[in-house]
Amino acid sequence: MPKDFVDLLADLQEEEVIKLTKQRLEAGEEALAILDDSRKAMEVVGDRFAEGKYFIPELVYSGELLTQITELVKPYLTRSAESKRLGKVVIGTVAGDIHDIGLNIVGFMLDVHGFEVYNLGVDVSPQKFVEKMKETSAPVLGLSGFLTLAFNSMKETVEALEAAGLRDKMKIMIGGGQMDDEVKKFAKADAYGKDAMEAVSLAKKWIGVK
Amino acid sequence: MTWQEKREERFEKWLSAPGVNFVSPEAREGYKARATRIINAIKLEKPDRVPCQIPGGSFPAYYAGFDFKTIMYDYEAMRRAWVKFALDFDSDTVGVAAFTVPGKLYDILDYKLYKWPGNGLPDSASMIQFVEKEYMKADEYDALIDNPADFMLRYILPRTWGAFAPMAKLPSISSVIGIPFLMLNAASDPEFRPMFDAINKANEEKDKWLKVVIEVSQSVLEAGYPSEGGGIALAPFDTIADILRGTYGAVMDMYRQPDKLLEAMERLIPLSLQEVKEQADMSLSPTVFIPMHKGDDVFMSDEQFEKFYWPSFRKLLLALIDEGLVPYMVVDGTYNRRLEYIKDLPRGSVVWVFEKTDMAKAKKVLGGHACIGGNVTGSLLRTGTPEKVKEYCRWLIDTCAPGGGYILTLGASIDNCNPDNLHAIVDTAKQYGVYK
Repeated sequence: MPKDFVDLLADLQEEEVIKLTKQRLEAGEEALAILDDSRKAMEVVGDRFAEGKYFIPELVYSGELLTQITELVKPYLTRSAESKRLGKVVIGTVAGDIHDIGLNIVGFMLDVHGFEVYNLGVDVSPQKFVEKMKETSAPVLGLSGFLTLAFNSMKETVEALEAAGLRDKMKIMIGGGQMDDEVKKFAKADAYGKDAMEAVSLAKKWIGVK
Repeated sequence: MTWQEKREERFEKWLSAPGVNFVSPEAREGYKARATRIINAIKLEKPDRVPCQIPGGSFPAYYAGFDFKTIMYDYEAMRRAWVKFALDFDSDTVGVAAFTVPGKLYDILDYKLYKWPGNGLPDSASMIQFVEKEYMKADEYDALIDNPADFMLRYILPRTWGAFAPMAKLPSISSVIGIPFLMLNAASDPEFRPMFDAINKANEEKDKWLKVVIEVSQSVLEAGYPSEGGGIALAPFDTIADILRGTYGAVMDMYRQPDKLLEAMERLIPLSLQEVKEQADMSLSPTVFIPMHKGDDVFMSDEQFEKFYWPSFRKLLLALIDEGLVPYMVVDGTYNRRLEYIKDLPRGSVVWVFEKTDMAKAKKVLGGHACIGGNVTGSLLRTGTPEKVKEYCRWLIDTCAPGGGYILTLGASIDNCNPDNLHAIVDTAKQYGVYK
């Protein structure tokens, strides 16, 4: 018996899963069903990462496969793909730091686990974070940074949110290269997460997802 | 000659520092004592005390009251910063000022691999940052493999240095006879004129910068501080994944064209070796600085490390060792699951400086086999007190120093922190790290 779609994608079988996507579309299957299966597969990818079976290459490659599938499916989408989202999460790399590989993996994992992600990119000023948090009322903020220079930027971002009177309306997680629990304390954030799946767990916990 | 004999020759040169006019007999003695300490640690012998290295990073700029941008552009400021740093912290080696790259030269040549303060980063940025891109395309492996030098000149150089963009126009540089005419044709091509102008301008800038770098190195040596870093190299996987293809591209290749990726990495080994050997032959220090990025526990699986990272890197290391050089790895992230692999090198031939690796585990696996160090983190230095730093350094010494083969040092260089935290490291090595 051929492997099903979710398994093929979760096992990163590029050729087979793309072939199957095309077959399903040609057979007139609902495009949304394919996207739904893709989401399920991505959750398996995330679980395998959390279990230490998958690593960064698998996450990056699965992202590439998902992009290809989404491109194939797009022309067939008759109604909006907006599924019910678990909650909003704003993420960005703090001022002065331009590293985005980890940031984008976190954004991708949050997205495939059902969060509405606002990825502000790199070198994001405290003011920009404040504005976005005001605009979205997101309950979770993720600050990314790779270098030691990000320590101060994280602290300044948290302080800007305090000054704007927003701090107690959100939980803040930090992550990236040189970050750890000491930096979390220094920056007055709520948690440090060591990888993308910890970001997902923290967001789920804070937003109250079972 | 065996690798040990070749290395003894290099150690001898490092220790005797030919041509260096020490400022005083004490400086000469101090130099010898410091270099001996490091050499002992490398050879897994017990020095008089635990050696201690404080890498500069951008710290010298802030410590001297400047910022990083200032010392990138003002070479006199660079001089003052590095000399002050070298003399005020009694580190057993001092990194070369050349780690502070000349901003204006990079401006003139329009370097794309970096962003720096005032050029892609805010003026206040305290370090250079790397710009990852697919400078090499997925279908260009054959070009790299067939003729790496040609590929670097005509593909990578013009894509990574704006001023060298016209190089992409050149035909393949493979004919022995044709090369002079190729150069003449280039010289008469109007598109090449700005390139040659930029080279001349950049070269003037390089001379100004290099003069100061050499003078700084000289005065630091004369004051009794051995230099470190006789060369720099990257693991072949990092060369591809950092510089040529980027993380994303390299990951795609791991799945879509693993054989090409593996072949290209093999091809890079002799080039890297040649480059390092030339650098090292010109300098006193036999250590080869190798910053390590994408082989860590979090980035890839054991199987991926076994297949893509370790074999070509191990080959490069063995080749460096065979030249009498001492590979000095600074390993970002954690290597807890890699320790057994990296043990597979000649005893006492390399130094592993870890950032976040479990040092007790590292000592257990590598003790008596390879010199280790590191793990004083940027986070501790930036957020901790001198007391906390001392406490941690004492723990490190208790855990890693017994039996020798240990250097107390940072897990990564630092941009700015309380100077007393760095003094705390040196003081702990001196007071607590004495071998009895």
